[in-house]
Amino acid sequence: MGLILLAFLAIWLCTPWLHRLMGHKVFYLLAAFPAAALVFVLTKTSQILGGTPWVESVQWIPELNLELTFRMDTLAWVMSLLVLGVGSLVLFYCASYFEHSTSGVGGFAAHLFSFAAAMFGLITADDFIVMFIFWEITTILSYLLIGYSRNRLSARRSALQALTVTTAGGLAMFIGLVMLGQSAGTYSLHELVARGPEIVDAAAAGQGPMSWAMLSTALVLILCGALSKSALFPVHFWLPGAMAAPTPVSAYLHAAAMVKAGIYLLIRLSPGYGEVPIWHSILVLFGAFTMLFGGWVALKQTDLKLILAYGTISQLGFLALIIAAGTPDALYAAIAMMLAHSLFKAALFLTVGIIDHQAGTRDIHKLSGIYRRAPRLFAVGAISAASMAGLPPLAGFVAKEAVLETSLHELGTGDTFALLDLISTGAIVLGSVLTFAYSARFVWGAFAVKPVSYLEDASQLEFCDGATIAQADRKGMSPDTLFHPVSPSFIAAPAVLTLLTIAYGLYPEPVHKWAASYVKPFGDYELHLALWHGLTPALFTSLGIITAGVLLFLARRPVEEAQKKLPSWPAASIVYRDIIDALDRLAVWVTARTQRGSLGFYLSVILTTAVVVPTVVLFVKETPPLANIQVKVNPAEWAIAVVMIIASLVVLWARKRFLAILMVSVTGYGVALLFALRSAPDLALTQLLVETIVMVAFVLAMRVLPRNIRTEKIKKNSERAGRTLRVVISVGFGLLMMALAMFTFSSRELDPISLALPKMAYEDGDGMNIVNVILVDIRGWDTFGEISVLALAATGVASLLFIEGRGDRGRERNLDTTAMKRIEASFARRTNLSTEQRVAGAFSNVRRDPFIVAGRTLPPERRSILLEVMTRLLFHTLIIISFYMLVGGHNLPGGGFAGGLLVGLAMAVRYLAGRGEELRAAAPMSAGTFLGLGLGIAAAYAFFPILLGDPAFTSYTLEWDMPIFGHVKFVTAVIFDIGVYLLVIGLVLDVLRSLGEKVDQKLDENRKARNQKKKASSAGGQR
Amino acid sequence: MPIDLSLILVMGVMYGVGVYLILDRTMTRVLLGLMLLTNATNILIFHASGAAGLSPLYDKSIDPAAYSDPLPQALVLTSVVISFAVTALLLGIIYRSWLLSRGDAILDDYEDQQVAAKGAYDPEEDAVAEFDESEFDSNESTREREFAAFSQRRQQAEKKLEERKEKKAESTQDRQNQEGERA
Repeated sequence: MGLILLAFLAIWLCTPWLHRLMGHKVFYLLAAFPAAALVFVLTKTSQILGGTPWVESVQWIPELNLELTFRMDTLAWVMSLLVLGVGSLVLFYCASYFEHSTSGVGGFAAHLFSFAAAMFGLITADDFIVMFIFWEITTILSYLLIGYSRNRLSARRSALQALTVTTAGGLAMFIGLVMLGQSAGTYSLHELVARGPEIVDAAAAGQGPMSWAMLSTALVLILCGALSKSALFPVHFWLPGAMAAPTPVSAYLHAAAMVKAGIYLLIRLSPGYGEVPIWHSILVLFGAFTMLFGGWVALKQTDLKLILAYGTISQLGFLALIIAAGTPDALYAAIAMMLAHSLFKAALFLTVGIIDHQAGTRDIHKLSGIYRRAPRLFAVGAISAASMAGLPPLAGFVAKEAVLETSLHELGTGDTFALLDLISTGAIVLGSVLTFAYSARFVWGAFAVKPVSYLEDASQLEFCDGATIAQADRKGMSPDTLFHPVSPSFIAAPAVLTLLTIAYGLYPEPVHKWAASYVKPFGDYELHLALWHGLTPALFTSLGIITAGVLLFLARRPVEEAQKKLPSWPAASIVYRDIIDALDRLAVWVTARTQRGSLGFYLSVILTTAVVVPTVVLFVKETPPLANIQVKVNPAEWAIAVVMIIASLVVLWARKRFLAILMVSVTGYGVALLFALRSAPDLALTQLLVETIVMVAFVLAMRVLPRNIRTEKIKKNSERAGRTLRVVISVGFGLLMMALAMFTFSSRELDPISLALPKMAYEDGDGMNIVNVILVDIRGWDTFGEISVLALAATGVASLLFIEGRGDRGRERNLDTTAMKRIEASFARRTNLSTEQRVAGAFSNVRRDPFIVAGRTLPPERRSILLEVMTRLLFHTLIIISFYMLVGGHNLPGGGFAGGLLVGLAMAVRYLAGRGEELRAAAPMSAGTFLGLGLGIAAAYAFFPILLGDPAFTSYTLEWDMPIFGHVKFVTAVIFDIGVYLLVIGLVLDVLRSLGEKVDQKLDENRKARNQKKKASSAGGQR
Repeated sequence: MPIDLSLILVMGVMYGVGVYLILDRTMTRVLLGLMLLTNATNILIFHASGAAGLSPLYDKSIDPAAYSDPLPQALVLTSVVISFAVTALLLGIIYRSWLLSRGDAILDDYEDQQVAAKGAYDPEEDAVAEFDESEFDSNESTREREFAAFSQRRQQAEKKLEERKEKKAESTQDRQNQEGERA
């Protein structure tokens, strides 16, 4: 079976390409594959009917106990006859149907073809999760196939409607199946069925893993899926909508195969769960109503396809109704009926397709005299319709006899379901009368010669053959509709189906064997399909049905009038649209109220929730005790705390941008001091460096912005209320966090995990700085993730400023800046020299020294000699310390982060002394290279151990003796730290480059533009 | 576990001020608020180390409980560096938005407001659709006609757009000429 599916998959992928090669003839090729698969399946006949299922199993996700198990027992085998046989015929038929169409047929062929595979997978899958996957694939393919005519609104909308309804049902079914499977401990369908009675009994007795209510809920959910797939009331409406699909699709998906998936599931599960009252009563009530409703509405339709569609709904209700009893006899009858229905309904749809193709309409008000135009088509249509009506000696009659016998027998037993049995039998009889009537109406509407009065207006004559208009019968009969001759290959598929209908009726023995083989394990059965049973009650009922049906057809005019007069309740599709519409309105309403586009609003909602919910939980239910609050810890800590609190509060009122930044920095430095006071040297160091660089970055970025932060003036009351709310949220949040921290820390009872860390760090990580070992070894993945974020953020900053790329290609040092030129020019003129300029000029000649050439890059009034000297002193020292921190970080405070930040600080100092040119001179590589190299080294380090067969991030310790240094111990984790180091340097470089140098350039440009403008305006003024 | 009131108090004030600031409309203040929140959170995590012990530098003779808990320290270290990167990114955004719009304010999102103002009517879902009674009645010729009508409409629209552009160009030229004369 796996082989069949794989073959289908391969052909499916090639189909659009094959279509380009072969045109519509590709359908002949495609039809051959299901036919071949059918032959293959037929070779297994004796094995499967003998009671040994054909099983194939492949491990899929062992962790989830998920197996690709395919199991073909008799039911799956019968279904696959339908799926593959009808599939092959429909694909064959498509070749003629799409002979003249061009657009999109390749894709269509692929979808239709793969549908056969999906359906085959659905019926053979034993694991119900796999079955559900195939179930949903058929839904999606149905959506694509219904929407084949993409430029028709009705097709698109119907496709979406079918998708929505069946997926919703499928989802419900999935939940139901999972509930059932989880309690039963198996996801295998056949085991679930085999253990069904046991589970039901246990639930009824109040034992077992499932309560009765839970079992009922699961079954109702499963029914939701089955009923929506098989288009039972009240979600039947997607099926008439699906008639927007090309007719072969309607024949295959919406009559023979896909809608049978729900019926298949019902037949599959009924032996296990048919006894549960809710299952039984839902099937009876909804089945009965659907059968009558579908038949009644079919009588109203004027579109041939819609007559068949409502007929299908009616028949699907009929099938559900038969299955409801759940006895072996009922299942036997259901299988017989399902086969008969697929044969005649597919043939009828294909017939309608031919009529539509040849006449250009399906409206019975426009068709006339087709029977004499296409007698063979008439024979096919009439015989299949007769089978649908239940006339002997056809399949429909034989199957219906079996159904009637079961139903009458059930009625006779008079058990607890007596009322339901009565409803069931009544619906079957009444529904069959309606079925007869709409079958007759179908034949009459499609093929008969209509009276002229039946054609509603003259425009319909356009479909009539011009030559025959003159010959129109004097009795007021309409001329024949124009009808192209039907080619033999076109009619072949429905003809074969019709022949099968006849064969089934005349010799039902094979079907009897199949059905019997399926129901035998579940108990005794009494039925035996036959054309002639003798004078049984069932036969008389059949005769009664036929008589009533004939009368109903003959009285079609009065019936139509009556139907028109009856107040019609709103169509379900309208109700569905109203519901969807209401949902849309609700969505728009909710969106308009929640999605305001205001960040403040969103944050207020989030923060209010964050305050209220924990507060309620904390104080309403059970408040843990508060203990061990220490006030007098360390006077220095208190001093720092007070300064930090004051600084934080000053930020609130600070109007000046730089004051606010400075105050935030004070809190940052305060945090660093707190770290230092509380024995966290690594943290204190890092925080100190970060705080400094952040302050530099802040100042660099903010220098273009106005000096004062614009504050909103509070005018309106609503604004005042808004501010009050802000204050309340802020105070509330601050208090809550304090309370949460205190309560959480008081509730700690167990020893922290960290007690094991020091030993681990030393013995496994070979490092004495525990924090560093945690970073580069114990939680290596974490750090790797973090540095990836750093690389992203650095790139983000660079691209925000440089827009087109990172802007760090090319590193040429161009010292011919404007400032230089100005100075050199004034030297040449030797006039108007200020003292500063004279000093600067002296420096500008120092061409040999490449280190700090601010004299040539900065205008003299913006240079700081002090800073330059400081830089000369500090730069190399900082770099060397950073090396030390990097290498020693495994054992002493430091490490890659601190070291990298220190280099960054050195770079920042150098940038401040000599601007962008100096920064570029200082860095040996571009920022991007730093980032890439750092990330690359870290990644290589992480994955290298995998090559040696160890887990990622394994660190090794290498020891050797060296002449001068003595015994040397090297831990490879330092390599990871080097990656971190380089990456952090790249990050700081990117920040300085972007917020520093790029902004400098922009400012220079602006200044130049302003000067030019000034010059131009003064020149204009002089003129 | 002892609770150090000074740390808790600082943390609470920084949380409060931070939240007040991120509810502001000025981007700079939002960023400052974010930085305060980060620092407050770092203090919170750091406080989980418990009472201050020895620096987490291993020595065989020391009892593991005597160290300050190193795990929160490692977590905070990560957080400190990440928040630096985030701050830098936000600075870049502030600068860019200043360059583009000369504004430091967080405005309400226009697209969101448009979504809110949108009605529930959607032509794809709600327009009246006739059920076709044949797949072959709207044959190729009618489809071609539809396409022709569509392309005609588009041509007209393009033509109008071009005319408008030309007019605009003319008017700016006129204005420039007038200014030149005035000068």
